[in-house]
Parts: sequence; C-alpha cells; structure tokens
Amino acid sequence: MSSTLDVSSRARSHDEAPRGAGQPVPRARRKKKDSGRYVAYLFLAPWFIGLLLITAGPIAASAYLAFTDYSLIGSPEWTGLDNFRRMFDDPRFYQSLKVTFIYVGVSVPLQLAFALFLAMILDRGLRGLALYRSIYYLPSLIGGSVAIAILWRQIFGAEGLLNGVLRFLGADNPPGWVSDPSYALGTLIILNVWTFGAPMVIFLAGLRQIPTMYYEAASLDGAGKVRQFLKVTLPLLSPIIFFNLVLQIIHAFQSFTQAFIVSGGTGGPADSTLFYTLYLYQRGFGNFDMGYASALAWVLLLIVGGLTAVNFIASKYWVFYGD
Amino acid sequence: MATDLTVAEPLAATEKLPARRQKKQRPRWLAHTVLILGAVLMLYPLLWMISSSFKFTEDIFSQTGLVPERVTGQNYPDGWTALPHDFGHYILNSTVIVAGSIIGNLLACSLAAYAFARLEFRFKKFWFAVMLGTMMLPIHVVIVPQYILFQQLDWINTYWPLIVPKLLATDGFFVFLMVQFIRGIPKELDEAARIDGCGHWSIFWRIIIPLSVPALATTAIFTFIWTWNDFFSQLIFLTDPDMYTVPVALRTFVDATSQTPWGPVFAMSIVALAPVFGFFLAGQRYLVRGIATTGLK
Repeated sequence: MSSTLDVSSRARSHDEAPRGAGQPVPRARRKKKDSGRYVAYLFLAPWFIGLLLITAGPIAASAYLAFTDYSLIGSPEWTGLDNFRRMFDDPRFYQSLKVTFIYVGVSVPLQLAFALFLAMILDRGLRGLALYRSIYYLPSLIGGSVAIAILWRQIFGAEGLLNGVLRFLGADNPPGWVSDPSYALGTLIILNVWTFGAPMVIFLAGLRQIPTMYYEAASLDGAGKVRQFLKVTLPLLSPIIFFNLVLQIIHAFQSFTQAFIVSGGTGGPADSTLFYTLYLYQRGFGNFDMGYASALAWVLLLIVGGLTAVNFIASKYWVFYGD
Repeated sequence: MATDLTVAEPLAATEKLPARRQKKQRPRWLAHTVLILGAVLMLYPLLWMISSSFKFTEDIFSQTGLVPERVTGQNYPDGWTALPHDFGHYILNSTVIVAGSIIGNLLACSLAAYAFARLEFRFKKFWFAVMLGTMMLPIHVVIVPQYILFQQLDWINTYWPLIVPKLLATDGFFVFLMVQFIRGIPKELDEAARIDGCGHWSIFWRIIIPLSVPALATTAIFTFIWTWNDFFSQLIFLTDPDMYTVPVALRTFVDATSQTPWGPVFAMSIVALAPVFGFFLAGQRYLVRGIATTGLK
C-alpha cells in the first residue's frame, strides 16, 4: 500500500537524520540501542502472541484442515483434495461466488462515485461543511449493524416503507423487494452504497491537499471544469482513489450481517443473497463441516489476496504519484 | 499520500478557510440544495425508524411520514421484555465485551505501536509489513481454527474469545493508527527524558501515553462502535441465550416470530443504536481524524 511505503521511508529518514549530520555515534547511544532491541520484544510480546495464536496460527491450521474431514468430533481425517473437488461440483459455491462478485462489483464503484461526487461538492468551502460531513458519515458507522439490517428488511419488505411510498405514488402491486430473488441482492447493494461516507471523508482530505495553483494554471490555459476534473483532480487524487478502492473491495468481500439478517440466515430467496461469507458460515457453523469451511476460507483468502495484488499491479498504469 | 496525520489539519481548518476557488462558480444555493436533499434522503430511513418506534405496529406500514398519527410509548417496555431475558441483560453482556475490548486495544496496541515507532529490532520492516497484512485479513479465514481453539479451551459461551484477542493486539488498524501518531511526537522529548534517566518503560508511560491521548481516544471510540455493532464473531462464539449480546438478541427478534412485531423491534433497534449515536456526537473530531489517518470505517 502506498501509504505504508511513505510511512516507512519517513521513519527511516527520522532515524538517520542525526547520523547523517556527521555526529560521531556516542557510546551511550549504542548501548541504548542494544537494550532497545531487547526491550522491543517485551513491548511486542502481546502482539507476537496474538499473531501466533489468533492470526498466523489459525491461517496455517485452516490450510491443514482444508485437506481434512472434521466435524469437531474425533480428530481431523486426511482426505487430500476431496474438499476442493467437492467445491468444483457444488452449485451453491458457484452461486455464492456469483452473488459476492456482483455485490462487490456493483456496490463498490457506485459507493466510490457517490463519495467522490459529494466530496467535490463539499470541497467548495461551503458553510456548514462539518455538519454535512457528519450527516453523510453517520451511515458508515452503523451500516453493518444488525439494527440497520433489520430496518432494511422492513423498508424493502412487501409491507415496507418503500412500498408504502410507491403505493402512495400510485403503484399498484410493487414487489416484496427482499423476498423477490431478482431484487433482494439489489437492496443489499443499496445498503452498501448508503455507507459512502467513510471514503467520502478520505476523498475530502485528499482534495484539500491539491494546491489551488494547479486549477488556476489550468483555467488560465483555458481548461473548463470538465477538463480540470479530468486532467488535474483525477490524476492528483488517484492515489486516494486507489486506496479507497482497495479498502472498500476488501471490506465488501467481508459483508455478512446484512445478508444474514435480511435473509434470516438462509441466503435466500433462492440463494440470491448467499454471500460467500454466509455460505462459509452455513457450512462451518450450521453443518459443522470444518474441513470444507476451511477450504472455502482459503479460497476466500486467495481471491481477496489475488484481487488486491491485481489492484496493485493495475495501479501502476493509472495511479499518479507526482514527481 | 494523504493518509498520514497531516490531513487532520486541513480538515480541521476547512471551516475557517474562505472559499478557495470562488470565481466562476455556480451559485452556492445549488450546492446547498443538492447537499440538503442528499442528507434528507440519507437520514430518512433512520428518522422514520425513530418515529415508527413510537407508532402502533399496525400503523407502521400505512404511515410513511415522520409524524405519528397516534403516539405510543408502549413499544419500549414491550420490546425490553419480549425476549427470554430483559434487554438490559444483553446490554450488560455487550458492555462487558466492549469494555474488555477497549482496555485490551488501548494497552496492547499502544505497546506494539511504541516498539514499531521508536525501537529498533531485527526484521522490523518485515514485522511491520506482517502487521499491515493482518489489517487486510478477513476474519472469516481464521474463524474456524479460532473456534476449534476456543472450544478446546472451553471458552465458547464465555466473554474470553471476544476479549482475549484484543488483549493480544490483533486489531492491526489500531496499531497502525498509534504508530502513525507516535511518529509525529518529537523525538527530542524522548531524548530529554532519557537524559533525565528514564528507561523505555517510563518514556512510554510518562511521555508517549500522555501525548497520545487523541489517538487513544480515536482507538477507544472506534473499538466501542465496532465491538458494539459486531455480529459475526458474537454469533459464533455466543450460542447460549444467557450470553447473547445486543446484536445477537436483536436478531432473534426477527427470526423467532414469523410476524415481526415491528414497533417493539424498532424500539429495541433504537436502543441498540443509541450509544453509537452518542459516541458519534461526542467523539466526532476523533472519528474524522481516525478515518482520515487509516481509511477505516
């Protein structure tokens, strides 16, 4: 991630500054550094233990479990590639992939488009910016909660707020959105788009950093608003667009609560909201098919990791890092 | 990249700045109109839910407006007692987990962050990259082995699976946030303290921690909101109704009954969201800084 690169280089320059100034390294400093090395592990001890037991260990364990049959009773039984073979013949696996890709592919670009659009309006130095920013940001904080998912279930239900409004406007027989396989996923996409506030705040911070003189120079050269947007704003904002894109894709892949609550845990109607994570949950904690769930988990890891890698590679062609 | 702390400054300064690019702008009222319409559209579902929690259930569908025609307060006591336990019981469970998570994140993440920001150790860059990698890791990838581990320890249906990981600094986001913040604290302060005879431990406690209060506040507020809203891990680790937290209990509302009692359900949803609104209003400054720093939600 670009931000990290930046961070580490800054850290390095910090550390080297005194030495670069040509001062001899005093003995006290050297000693201190040695004790620092030892002390560092004390400070890091909780983190290292957490990495071992909660993060890295489980990743390795699920790599092993993915090749076994295990239902929490007895011990895991090695079955080789069976889980992966089953996966290739599993229509619900394909369905969950399809649902998740549609969800991510439609909601993330829409979410970022809204975020950028509103950030640009807010960047004009309007009064009440703080208030607007708060209002638009609020849904991001609660969008993943059960309470909001329940609200969504009502709003888009057959007897819901949306249909109340539609009937009032004269629609005869509006569908029950969450109970109709052709619309259910759409309601979840809307929910994710609704949480565009978080990327918006990041865009806003980025827009404030574009020097005004670029716009002045562009308009002196006769560039209109559209051209200024395409030739100044977009390139200078591209690192932030990239940052938001990577984060929101990863985030969207992990959506679970919305689909679980809206479909009552089934991923229905007709598996139309069967998010990948929901399917994984059903196999692992509904059927206690821990081996298969681990295989699914690893495929998820590979997909998210692969997409992130593709994003980083593609970014070389469109992200502009200045000089 | 604008993801370090410096962005907090222009953000904070935005209100005071006069419009930078004034000439040839469309009139401001147009922008305000778009923004206000957008805000109403965004908030309408929430406002409608608040209003509906004071309506009779049979009125909720037919009234799409915000002002109830018949007002009732009965949904709140009804919802509070509708499940096997009083709703207060679930709030208490959630509170214990949230409190433990906040303490854990504040302690463990700032300790790790101090090491990454100020100390030298072998393969520091590698470990830092690993830490950033864990930020990206979907919890679903590790949940199965974690469940097996906690089950071996007999921790299912206790608070531990939800608190202990926080005590072990597994929330990389907050480590990253604290690292960024500590790097912004002048090193001269450490040096001065060292000359006065302070070791790393007292530099950490007496210099870094007091100066990191804004980052600690951001960490505490985000930990509160995320843990309070968290559903996935609580659903998995807490299956005994005695141990249900607010989100897990709320879910049984819409699952158990075929005909959802919307009035009481909305009332309890508001109860569930209220603390988040409260923290949001109280801690906005820290929240905005937090997202601007790390891009979190």
